Amino acid sequence: MPRPLEPVSQGTRVTLGISFFVLFFAAWAFATLGGFVSRTFLADPITMVQDGWLLLTRFGFLNDIGVTVWRVVGGFVLAALVAVPLGIMMGAYKSCEAFLEPFVSFARYLPASAFVPLLILWAGIGEMQKLLVIFIGSVFQIILMVAVAVGNTRRDLVEAAYTLGSKDRGVVKRVLIPANAPEIAEILRLVLGWAWTYVIVAELIGSSSGIGHMIIDSQALLATGQMIFGIIVIGVIGLISDFLFKALNRSLFPWRLA
Amino acid sequence: MTGTILQIENVSRVFPGVRGGAPVRALEPTNLQVAQNDFITILGPSGCGKSTLLRIVAGLDRPSGGRVMLNGREIKGPGADRGMVFQSYTLFPWLTIAENIAYGLREKGMPKAERQEIVASYTEKVGLRGFENHYPKQLSGGMQQRTAIARALANDPDILLLDEPFGALDNQTRGLMQELLLGIWERERKTVLFVTHDIEEAIFLASRVIVMSARPGRIKADIPVDLPHPRHYRMKTTPEFSSLKAQLTEEIRVEAMQAEGVH
Repeated sequence: MPRPLEPVSQGTRVTLGISFFVLFFAAWAFATLGGFVSRTFLADPITMVQDGWLLLTRFGFLNDIGVTVWRVVGGFVLAALVAVPLGIMMGAYKSCEAFLEPFVSFARYLPASAFVPLLILWAGIGEMQKLLVIFIGSVFQIILMVAVAVGNTRRDLVEAAYTLGSKDRGVVKRVLIPANAPEIAEILRLVLGWAWTYVIVAELIGSSSGIGHMIIDSQALLATGQMIFGIIVIGVIGLISDFLFKALNRSLFPWRLA
Repeated sequence: MTGTILQIENVSRVFPGVRGGAPVRALEPTNLQVAQNDFITILGPSGCGKSTLLRIVAGLDRPSGGRVMLNGREIKGPGADRGMVFQSYTLFPWLTIAENIAYGLREKGMPKAERQEIVASYTEKVGLRGFENHYPKQLSGGMQQRTAIARALANDPDILLLDEPFGALDNQTRGLMQELLLGIWERERKTVLFVTHDIEEAIFLASRVIVMSARPGRIKADIPVDLPHPRHYRMKTTPEFSSLKAQLTEEIRVEAMQAEGVH
């Protein structure tokens, strides 16, 4: 019997992690191939793989994937470039926080998807609109989370820096920022995951390319295999980017693991 | 007799009451003169305002009344002329040991070559050769506090302030750290203000022990320690040391009882 909080070995961890995927696909195959669910509503795994192969080889789905990834990364990088410095300012300077925090907290609850019709009106249905959806969806989240992280910097580290002769700018640049860099990277990793939801929403409406566009196109054809393949591709890309982000954080901040 | 370096004039501190409660008088108007090269320990039960006094000298807290003069200039805020070692481990976790020691020098804008020389000398003095490229997390508590002392000293401050720096260490390590600090002081003759609640530590290190009373804090006794230097840990068992210890134990006991509400 496992006991609470008892660690498991790396091997067990991997085995257990994979076995859920196996279980999931087995249940899916059983439900569809066994004839318990109508094929019109849910394709079986084999059809899904065949449809996916067709998409990739015949219908240029790789191009759609590329477009979607570009949009997510583009919108997300723009959001991070604006939000991280603002968040640091808010965390470091309480007057800045008092000025911006109420508005950002309010804006954070505005659903990015609700902006899609408005953004189409403003920016058309081009790339700019897609980037803006992701930007709006990510920027306020990053600002707030970074501000909280920076605001929670250990006071004794800041005091130590002052007694060593740091001035205010030095404290921000050489204590607040490096102390919170790993957490900021962690926040970016988290919000990048959310950005994936926004891009699909943006692509479902008024788009001629991208994974979301393919999914909405397939709906018209009742091609559930293609739709599921599209969804799974998003999941896989998310998993890969998450993994890369974690690896990058580990190599950037070795002191955290020391 | 060397000149006065630090002058504490009528310094008091009142903390405002929480949620409409009565304000807390942490420190009664206090006067203290610190001579150049003195090693002063401030001894008192917890909550006697000794740390508050030290933080005011460091510039990390503002006095409610009075002022602190360092070399004739009033202290307005923290600065590199007063090095501080905290009870908590305050090394910057993202910097290596060598980079931590060099932190203050970098803030001064000292060129790298010069920095390296000073860092090497202080790494040597606190016995951390070979650990220059380690991160603080990889070091024991005692080693981290040695680094913190080196980091404060590398800045060459006029006065070194220590706030129960060995409070979190085990007894054996604490003893070794006391000897190390005393050794550095005997060689370099820095002016030191050292806050502690440990009577033995206070006597062993000090040339002067200031005893503080329980809340509200004020100076209750000012006792010179004329034990010879260099001091060796065996001094802690000599009759002179013991009689000082007995005297201070009495002084502190009354205060501790008052602080705890025992009569």
